[in-house]
Amino acid sequence: MKWNWGFILRRLAYSVLALVGLSILVFAIARVLPGDPVRLALGPHASASAVFQLRIQLHLNQPIWLQYIYWIEGIFTGNWGISLFTHRNVLTDVEAFLPATLELLIAAAAIDILIAVPLGVIAGRRENTVVDNAVRVLSYVGIAIPSFVVAIFLQHFFPSYVGQLSPGVQPPPHITGLAFLDALVTAHFSTAWNALLHIIPPAFALALGPIAQEARIMRSSVVENLGRDYTVAEISRGLPERVITLKYLMKPSLIPTITIYALDISSLIANAFLVELIFNWGGFSQYGLNAILSKDLNAIVAVVMIAGVLFVISNFLVDLTVGYLDPRIRLQSRSDE
Amino acid sequence: MKVADSGAAPSKASGSLQRRTRRQTLSRYWYKFKRNKISIVGLGVVLAVIAIALLSPWIVPYPGAAFGPPNFAKMNQAPSPTHPFGTDEFGRDELSRVMYAFRYSLMLVGVVLGITVIPGVLLGLVAGYYAGRWHSSLIMLLANIFVAVPPLLLALSIATELTPLNSSPDILTAMVAVTLAWWPWYTRLVYSTASSIRNEDFVKAAELTGASSTHIMFKEILPNILGSVLTKVSLDGGWVILIGAALSFVGFGAPSPTPDLGTMLSNGATDLPGGVWWTTLFPAMAIVAVILGFNLLGDGINDMFSSGIK
Repeated sequence: MKWNWGFILRRLAYSVLALVGLSILVFAIARVLPGDPVRLALGPHASASAVFQLRIQLHLNQPIWLQYIYWIEGIFTGNWGISLFTHRNVLTDVEAFLPATLELLIAAAAIDILIAVPLGVIAGRRENTVVDNAVRVLSYVGIAIPSFVVAIFLQHFFPSYVGQLSPGVQPPPHITGLAFLDALVTAHFSTAWNALLHIIPPAFALALGPIAQEARIMRSSVVENLGRDYTVAEISRGLPERVITLKYLMKPSLIPTITIYALDISSLIANAFLVELIFNWGGFSQYGLNAILSKDLNAIVAVVMIAGVLFVISNFLVDLTVGYLDPRIRLQSRSDE
Repeated sequence: MKVADSGAAPSKASGSLQRRTRRQTLSRYWYKFKRNKISIVGLGVVLAVIAIALLSPWIVPYPGAAFGPPNFAKMNQAPSPTHPFGTDEFGRDELSRVMYAFRYSLMLVGVVLGITVIPGVLLGLVAGYYAGRWHSSLIMLLANIFVAVPPLLLALSIATELTPLNSSPDILTAMVAVTLAWWPWYTRLVYSTASSIRNEDFVKAAELTGASSTHIMFKEILPNILGSVLTKVSLDGGWVILIGAALSFVGFGAPSPTPDLGTMLSNGATDLPGGVWWTTLFPAMAIVAVILGFNLLGDGINDMFSSGIK
């Protein structure tokens, strides 16, 4: 595999630039918009001298660009500010809550692509048959049902799968923080099974919309590629259908699907906020929602920033995947963003 | 096929001819649209929802259900001929409330798309036409930064920030928040098409004949993008309703008595374990129906502007 390192470096540089911009945006949201962080922290009845003290302590008497530098410095030195809600360093909260959400997102992303791609291929290969129409109806409805609606009904029908583990099940030893993975590597198989059963309903609620969308995209790009000359050539050469489908049809058809997949990851992250609430998942999104509802500024900043970082990272990975699938992108000398 | 459909300025004499060709163009669009029966369904659903929203004060079975006092004697009644969708925990007719709630949903769509589409498209057009220059890169970087945060999350945190201390968030802040989160998607869409169209021969020809950059952007490039923008506007009608429902589901919705699908759903869900399914199911179905309608309409609009036979 020949890689154009310039391409990767350019994408990487762009991702870093986007993150710097994002940090400025988040900082602006936190500082420029109305709402005094000192008053928020001390409450409306604090004395003027206490307010003055904290203002100096938080560098709020400095010019705004210097405040930004202090803030960035704090992020890299582990000082993320105190959460008004948990009264801990926000970084500690992030470490405590993020793994559960990552686990949910990974499960949802996996369910999503593992169902969407085969559905799309099957529908595309059997264009205008009963199967194709069934997938089409499914995708129309799937796109229209909000994930939190799916979550409400799944939670109602599977009430015992609320939370990350059943009550009374001993959580596995903390290694990665991902309950299923930790239980698996420490050979607590019944715990792992329990964790798996709990993750499927919320992950499915998250994945349904993206599944519908990607199955549709995959179907239409399979149909399009089936009509191309190279496919006709492969068929006339007598290559087995399986080889044509899996080897030659999949790669080009996956490109638009993966591109949409990258955007859908953003919707997974957003929808996790509601789905976690409904399933009482107790992860980072639920923490974030509490922070937002109680105006916990430091926590909100961390939540928005981390959601952005997750999105930028997943987009970078998707760019690399598309580059792998499509040599024209991987090898092109100049990328246009 | 990419053709600038308004090359030369029409003279006064050709006015009636132009009107006739425009009518023909419209009937061709309509033909392309109606070819897919599902698009007609989408159009029907969207028109029906708009009609219900506009006429709701006069056509709902129980006009008092929206803002009237609670009637605890009739609380949580199952669907029956007098109350087809049942009644909620305050004894209000659920069907009337669902019909009223479309007003709030559509108002959200109107405000958000009304404010975001034009600036979003303009920025994308400028960035696409001047692709490669520094201000184009700056616009796109800004758009990509906003896109990095999921709209729902951005809207939630902005709505929180805009809400004064010790007061609960309201519709206005939620709308402003969604609006701020929405424009970059149009900028990105228009940019990607505009930056490729600007290299087409007809744009180069216009440049050679000395057309101004405003003329090229609005008369040569914009008509070719209009289809995908309109498609997105329709699809976004559904998305805005979804985000609005999600925002009100977590408490950023219309104030208490105002019917609003997300709030109704979140209140209904608390009664679901007790067997009261109708206060959850019907608002949920209403949300799904509206989003589905806008999606199908969007597909129809897409067919309308796409060339070639599919």
